[in-house]
Amino acid sequence: MFFYLIRRILYAIPIALAVGLVCFMLVQIAPGDPINAIVPADAPAEVVEQVRRDYGLDKPLPVQFVLWLGRVVQGDLGRSLATGRPVTADLRSAVGNTLMLALVAAFIGFVMGSILGTVAAVFRGTVLDKLAVGLAAAGVSIPHYWLGMVLVVFFSVTLNWLPAMGAGPGGSGDWEWNWAHVQFLVLPAVTLSVIPMGIVTRTVRGVVMELLAQDFVTTLRGKGLRRGGIALHVLKNAAPSVLAVMGLQLGYLMGGSILVETVFSWPGTGFLLNSAIFQRDLPVLQGTILVLAIFFVVLNLAVDLVQTALDPRIRRA
Amino acid sequence: MSTAIAPAAIAVPQPAPSRGYWAGVARRLSRDPVTLFFGALLLLMALAILLAPLIAPHDPYQTSMIRRLRPIWFQDGRYPLGTDELGRDMLTRLLYGGRLSWFLGITPVLIAFAIGGTLGVVAGFAGGWVNMLIMRTTDVFYAFPSVLLAVAISGALGPGVSNAMLSLTLVFIPQIIRVAESTTTAVRNLDYVESARASGAGPMTIVRVHVLPNVLGPVFVYSTSLISVAMILASGLSFLGLGTKPPEPEWGLMLNTLRTAIYTQPLIAMLPGLCIFLTSMCFNMVSDGLRTAMDVRG
Repeated sequence: MFFYLIRRILYAIPIALAVGLVCFMLVQIAPGDPINAIVPADAPAEVVEQVRRDYGLDKPLPVQFVLWLGRVVQGDLGRSLATGRPVTADLRSAVGNTLMLALVAAFIGFVMGSILGTVAAVFRGTVLDKLAVGLAAAGVSIPHYWLGMVLVVFFSVTLNWLPAMGAGPGGSGDWEWNWAHVQFLVLPAVTLSVIPMGIVTRTVRGVVMELLAQDFVTTLRGKGLRRGGIALHVLKNAAPSVLAVMGLQLGYLMGGSILVETVFSWPGTGFLLNSAIFQRDLPVLQGTILVLAIFFVVLNLAVDLVQTALDPRIRRA
Repeated sequence: MSTAIAPAAIAVPQPAPSRGYWAGVARRLSRDPVTLFFGALLLLMALAILLAPLIAPHDPYQTSMIRRLRPIWFQDGRYPLGTDELGRDMLTRLLYGGRLSWFLGITPVLIAFAIGGTLGVVAGFAGGWVNMLIMRTTDVFYAFPSVLLAVAISGALGPGVSNAMLSLTLVFIPQIIRVAESTTTAVRNLDYVESARASGAGPMTIVRVHVLPNVLGPVFVYSTSLISVAMILASGLSFLGLGTKPPEPEWGLMLNTLRTAIYTQPLIAMLPGLCIFLTSMCFNMVSDGLRTAMDVRG
């Protein structure tokens, strides 16, 4: 177990480095001089030259990458071209907001998906099963940015129950866990939750079906165990694979919330990315993507480790 | 490993007659009303967008300041689905928009199928350092959630249809490589491949006769399941202003430009998204049906 742990953690390091390389290359593949990712286009020529030397942009690419990596490791992601603020300052609150949104959405999706999936597996082949499978299919097929708009039309425009955009009354401000703030979270979180809902439903349905067909369940039944007791055994066995799927989904939600955040003007990383794309603010684009991708790498690692701890059979040679 | 020796390959028993298998697939499909229904719907939509120039009632670019955002069935059906924020006929825009949306959804998957499938089979069949090189590179791309990767690449490259297509293709290649590689590895270690090798069949012959027929099916089914993701992602990129540029009709972009209309004409503003949803749902259901009919596991 210990060696597996070490090896798995060590394996994440080259991946993280490669992710850094991809993010570094993003600025290189962008049209125009990479220097434009550091200084505004209208800066005087001597300033541009100064910065070029300071940042080592006159050196070969591999050297530049190492220099860039050095700055990143020290927490310097550069400055936003649009605002002049350090990228990390903007990112801090944005990552928090996105994480909160993703966690709530993942929770809703997980609960709904587990219920739907279990019901579908237990009542296999019935109308309930077909309904759950249909919902799951709709959940993964629906363009969630469109679902967000539909929900806004219904709950904000028509019924006037929930706010259509933003993350708190009176524009920006500190988040508090009261209804005045939480009401802003409801629609984006529900919108974002349909994807994990669909995927978790499918996974749970498959796993529970497979487990219900196994000998030990027959034995439990023969032993006279009631439904609730059997459910406990089955769920215990289903947990590792479902948790793994859920963990990955959280990562996908973090990275994929850009569209939903755009619809609801939710001040998270997606919103930041969107404005960075709009203003061609490459440092912000690069920094945000790097942080989200590294988060995903760490999450993957955590999921693997938790899964192995829960189910030693998974440990590969 | 020796290279191809033709006579020995003849001695290898041919794999099960494929006609019987495909007949079985067709029979199973014909007994699956759900798949048939969604397949028919898909065909109908494909026909409608292909014939857009013939059946569309108006010009997709013809704007009008006086009839902006008119309701559904405006002027007794002269504008069956109303008009958009620039007074263009919605039905016409939706028909034409489907062309680009479908193109953006299908082409990247096709290209990724060709490239990813080839790389995956090579990695699975060659093994060793070739496998290491290809699969570790895929791991890196797997470290990005697909939406993020697509947004990152198109965001850096800038807006445009070709940039969006490039980024989507790059998103799907690693996913297809993984499926192709794992299927190939599983087939490669089967006894009959071993016996083919023992009787002197060269690697090309083994790949062509034994590996490809067994690998293509699962990889194809997996790729069809990606089309629905690709449609949502492609329209999503346009929605963010990264794919198509106005005034080109495209469902994602139309959804974006109609966003402000949700307070005045919510029904019309919802139409492009409904089209994306329907198409993606149909592709998903047909892909699921194919998976069952072709008896692909996983």
